[in-house]
Amino acid sequence: MNYLLAFLFSGFICLIAQLIYDHSRLTPGHITSLFVVLGSFLDLFHIYDRLVDIFHAGALIPITSFGHSLMHGAMAATQEYGIFGIAMGMFDLTAAGISAAILFAFLAAMIFKPKS
Amino acid sequence: MDHKEYDQLAETLKPVGHKMKNAFFAFIYGGIIGILAQGVLEFFMNVYDISQKEATPMMTITLVFMSCLLTGLGIYDKLAQKAGAGTFIPITGFANSMTSSAIDSQSEGLIMGIGSNMFKLGGTVITYGIVSSALLGVIRYVITLFG
Amino acid sequence: MSLHFLGNSVTLENVFIASSGTVCGPLEYLGPLGSCFDKSIQDYHYGEKSFEKAERKMLRDALDICLKRERLKYHDVDLYLGSDLLNQITSVNYLAREIPKPFIGVYGACSGFALSLALGSLLVEAGFVDKVITMVSSHNASAERQYRYPVEYGVQKKATTTFTATGAVTTLLTSQKHPVKVEAITLGRVIDYEQTDANDMGRAMAPAAFDTLMNHFQDLKRSFHDYDLVVTGDLSMYGHQILKEMLQRQKIDVVRYNDCGCMLYDLSHQSVFQGGSGCACSALVTMGSLYPQLKDKKLKRVLVVSTGALLSPMMSAQKESIPCIAHAMSLEAVE
Repeated sequence: MNYLLAFLFSGFICLIAQLIYDHSRLTPGHITSLFVVLGSFLDLFHIYDRLVDIFHAGALIPITSFGHSLMHGAMAATQEYGIFGIAMGMFDLTAAGISAAILFAFLAAMIFKPKS
Repeated sequence: MDHKEYDQLAETLKPVGHKMKNAFFAFIYGGIIGILAQGVLEFFMNVYDISQKEATPMMTITLVFMSCLLTGLGIYDKLAQKAGAGTFIPITGFANSMTSSAIDSQSEGLIMGIGSNMFKLGGTVITYGIVSSALLGVIRYVITLFG
Repeated sequence: MSLHFLGNSVTLENVFIASSGTVCGPLEYLGPLGSCFDKSIQDYHYGEKSFEKAERKMLRDALDICLKRERLKYHDVDLYLGSDLLNQITSVNYLAREIPKPFIGVYGACSGFALSLALGSLLVEAGFVDKVITMVSSHNASAERQYRYPVEYGVQKKATTTFTATGAVTTLLTSQKHPVKVEAITLGRVIDYEQTDANDMGRAMAPAAFDTLMNHFQDLKRSFHDYDLVVTGDLSMYGHQILKEMLQRQKIDVVRYNDCGCMLYDLSHQSVFQGGSGCACSALVTMGSLYPQLKDKKLKRVLVVSTGALLSPMMSAQKESIPCIAHAMSLEAVE
């Protein structure tokens, strides 16, 4: 059941993005940026948390979850550090993804040649 | 022929993309990545006996690794031609944008190439993620102060 | 001998194509014209460390093949002209370090082939020089990384996209009599129909090809019927249909017309979207396929209209439309 829910939600987000991509001149850069902003917006009233509870990985894997995690980390840190928490906690939850991407991207550039 | 007339003429001949097919494949590929993520997530939850929240970063790292590997092997861009948003919307797409920029600029060296260009495409996601979160965060913080 | 332009066109008496060298990439080799080219590379790196160096190596090969045919050395040629797609026309400028003779680099985007040949022809006709080499090249991966995205980036190409051809072509022009002559040229004007989609070059360039074709026909009082074949450079499937429609609306009888971008590849089996583009596209088709047919008298007279989108990715990001140009040259089999 979890797998089906993950499939449906992740597929649904991608479907919306594809419709935007095919019916506008927005590039993937535009659309991913838009979805990240959407994700951080949906952290309001814990909407995105609900989605994660229901759809699990289906809600965690689209880039919207990145915006949500940034926002979530920032808000959590404000409880301890006040307004400074926004900057201090921003990367708390997303550090793993970004660090991994930087590291593996670097290693890939060391190992692989561009194909075509 | 003026520009408006030209646009009308060009629109009538415009090749029809396979929008239905694209949407279908975006859904399927995006969904498959969702299933994969769920599998990895549950695997770590069972192996380390931890909550979903704790297993999430491990899942992210695993999928980012897979994406970087597929990009390096020259497979990810071929999948993307079919999958469209199905491969650029998941976090694997972010990893692909970083890895492709890094590999692409290796001919310009470690600093001017890989180091400077890695975020060329992926950077926008981080920038607007932070800007929007900070703006919304400040608003929420102020509301909670007075609320 | 006097050279006078009739409008934007000029007819030439004493310019002949003496030799050529063509090197193509893997996909061009698998296309319908694959067997026409002198040499093919099977790997986009071609043993070099970067795509840019690979492109230059192809160009050097094409130059050597061209000169070897006529048993010439680098210093036997009076002047070299060259054009490619990269910033600072990198490929030809850097290759020119190895050339001990005067060199002129020109930029006309994908129209570089006809532009360099037209300039070379004018100089030969005027009697300034006797032997001129023109060189053009484009490389799919080096163009892709400069104009679009890193090659490994997973982006779905739009249906209107064209595929930059990989290849290098050199041509030797001379005033001594040979079987094929450059008979007339028409220089293009920069035309901008306010097209802004960088993924839709055919649509942007079709008006430029239309303008040059119309000028050519009016200046020289000719029509499609005066040619065995009229080819445009890289309008692709979509752009060439637009051009046909534009011409037909002007009550022009369009016969024996094709586009190099559609001829270089098998569009139904090779994944090149709307067809080929790039400097090498019109150059490979013209020098690889049409030139030998002219030599064998299978074709009598051919008009080649190379089209170029003079876009800069920076200006596209600043929301400017795409200026386009097309240059035409008529090649004729000599009796």
